[in-house]
Amino acid sequence: MSDRVQSLSDMEQPETPGSAETRSGITGMVRTMELDLRLLGMVGALLLIWVVLDLLTGGRFITPRNLFNLSVQTASVAVMATGMVFVIVTRHIDLSVGSVLGVIAMVMGVVQAEILPDLLGFNHPANWIITILVGLCLGLLIGCLQGWVIGYLAVPAFIVTLGGLLIWRGAAWWVTTGRTVAPLDSTFILFGGGVAGTMGETASWIFGAIMAALVIYGILRGRRRRQLFDFPLKPLWADWLNISVLTLAVFGFVAAMNAYPVPARAAKRLAEAKGWAIPEGGLELMHGIAIPVVIVALIAIAMTIVARRTKFGRYVFAIGGNPQAAELSGIDTRRMTLYIFTLMGGLCAISAVIASARLQSAANDLGTLDELRVIAAAVIGGTSLAGGIGTIYGAILGALVMQSLQSGMALIGTNTSLQSIVIGFVLILAVWVDQVYRRRIGE
Amino acid sequence: MPTDTAHPLVALSDIHVSFGGIKAVDGVSCDLYPGEVVGLLGHNGAGKSTLIKVLSGACHSDSGDIRINDQKAVIRNARDARAYNIETIYQTLALADNLDAAANLFLGREILTSSGMLDEVRMEDETRKIMGRLNPNFRKFAAPVKALSGGQRQSVAIARAVYFDAKVLIMDEPTAALGVQETAMVSELIKQLKSEGIGIFLISHDIHDVFDLSDRLTVMKNGRLVGTVRTEEVSKEDVLGMIILGKMPDHLEDGSEAGKPSAQ
Repeated sequence: MSDRVQSLSDMEQPETPGSAETRSGITGMVRTMELDLRLLGMVGALLLIWVVLDLLTGGRFITPRNLFNLSVQTASVAVMATGMVFVIVTRHIDLSVGSVLGVIAMVMGVVQAEILPDLLGFNHPANWIITILVGLCLGLLIGCLQGWVIGYLAVPAFIVTLGGLLIWRGAAWWVTTGRTVAPLDSTFILFGGGVAGTMGETASWIFGAIMAALVIYGILRGRRRRQLFDFPLKPLWADWLNISVLTLAVFGFVAAMNAYPVPARAAKRLAEAKGWAIPEGGLELMHGIAIPVVIVALIAIAMTIVARRTKFGRYVFAIGGNPQAAELSGIDTRRMTLYIFTLMGGLCAISAVIASARLQSAANDLGTLDELRVIAAAVIGGTSLAGGIGTIYGAILGALVMQSLQSGMALIGTNTSLQSIVIGFVLILAVWVDQVYRRRIGE
Repeated sequence: MPTDTAHPLVALSDIHVSFGGIKAVDGVSCDLYPGEVVGLLGHNGAGKSTLIKVLSGACHSDSGDIRINDQKAVIRNARDARAYNIETIYQTLALADNLDAAANLFLGREILTSSGMLDEVRMEDETRKIMGRLNPNFRKFAAPVKALSGGQRQSVAIARAVYFDAKVLIMDEPTAALGVQETAMVSELIKQLKSEGIGIFLISHDIHDVFDLSDRLTVMKNGRLVGTVRTEEVSKEDVLGMIILGKMPDHLEDGSEAGKPSAQ
């Protein structure tokens, strides 16, 4: 009893940072800004990895060229990782995402390279739209099917998606009996972020400006709403510091992407294809942000809004926190399971577009082992396998950490077996650190 | 004391529930009037939780009637029960530990903005208002409920029931996990809700938890009703006898009227 009273009074801290003046040092500042310490830790770890890899590669890692490649390589896993957050938060798992990606990529390959050219003609402007719609529908359907078995027939997700892993990989082979499909539609491959698949300089700056505007709007709107109800606010400078850091990050990224020039010959080809006049003294083109990265950004924003601002997202976290409570609160948990896996299937389809467009072909082994990368990304990003905890930005950062390690080591010349050993250790280390941190703050 | 109303808020009559071959509840009847606290007592496994789950929609009865405000009621699930303004506070509190107080309070009944998004600020505002009424010391609105003490968690669970205008409140072992001060706080809350005309079922296996708070006590043993007595007419020993031996106290043996509140 006395223990309880003690811990009770210990916990009676001010609920808001109103008394910021009484705190000092970095801890005080962090608390005042209501920063997510885990987010700070992850960003810090990522920067540390980058700096170390940069030193080990003699300055070849933190370059516009490498960061561009890194962003493109991360995209496919990052898209699926956002969905995996919902799956894991609700105490499920999805082992089938790599195979689902594979079968969708194969079907989309056949649709755009073999079926539509016969009907509409090769590179017909509607080809890529129809192809992606077919892929999306297939992804939603597969996800819906698996979600139905998990939710309504109550077969554990581990089993259903383990079966799915085998079934869809086999199905991917059957689509063309193992033959690789190429070439793909010329508009479709832009989603892979090749030389042409970028936004270019101007559009990248505009995109960056829109992102920054969204950040400012989001933070200030939240502040105004709280003001309206006379809730305690964090100091204005804290909000503006957050805005500055985020805006700087956005523009820093755009600047880096815009500093990566397109090779002269490719630039010339691109200009000819688009009918641009080539100025005297040669054409200087910059990559700008890759289209798959734009897709990741849009999906991240949409999924974050779903997670934080909608009933659906609220129920996802409620089910993860306490399934019985969610049920007793009138939440239809079976239907929620169906929806969550359907969403996951849809995201697999988007990843399939990115992954096959990047390779400019559809092969039946596409996405092999992606399920493990996706799960690892979500988990490194702080998603708890016990359910109830996880963030979208964390999963994307997790994907970035994994890809950074992998391509950094490739750059150093580490052989692949050592790469996987290192990544395996990092996965375990990340989860251990996260659990120690959680125990510390008494979550 | 209960008001002199013609009909009870809730009347359960001749409820039967069996699981497999085991009769968990065997022909039990009980009722609850506005502004009244009825303690439902019995050993673990006496069937009291199962009986009350029939009312809260978590369990189906094989036969028997539920009447609410003298109207026959059909309760198939928790949502149906809520539609009848029956709110249940489970022993486990049924809180999502990872969410904050406001999210738990409005779980399943969120306030939305005109654009269909969660109106977090309004929900927090409503939470602050109701907690200000029930537990003015409560200030941890931003923390997940996992970080709250037992009493604070209990008050969130009670706030959830009260906010949505409960007419009938079912509390399963409300103070079993609480310390002395917190138990006192919950007792105060129960008295306050009672004075607002809410009917309350208190379920407990421990007579001491409910004796002082209850107007009437209904005792069950092995799935059967032992009897219902007015608290003022019995001693704790009498009730213990009912729980353990499964028979009415001697001085009330012939008092078939004991089950009615405010008789005479």
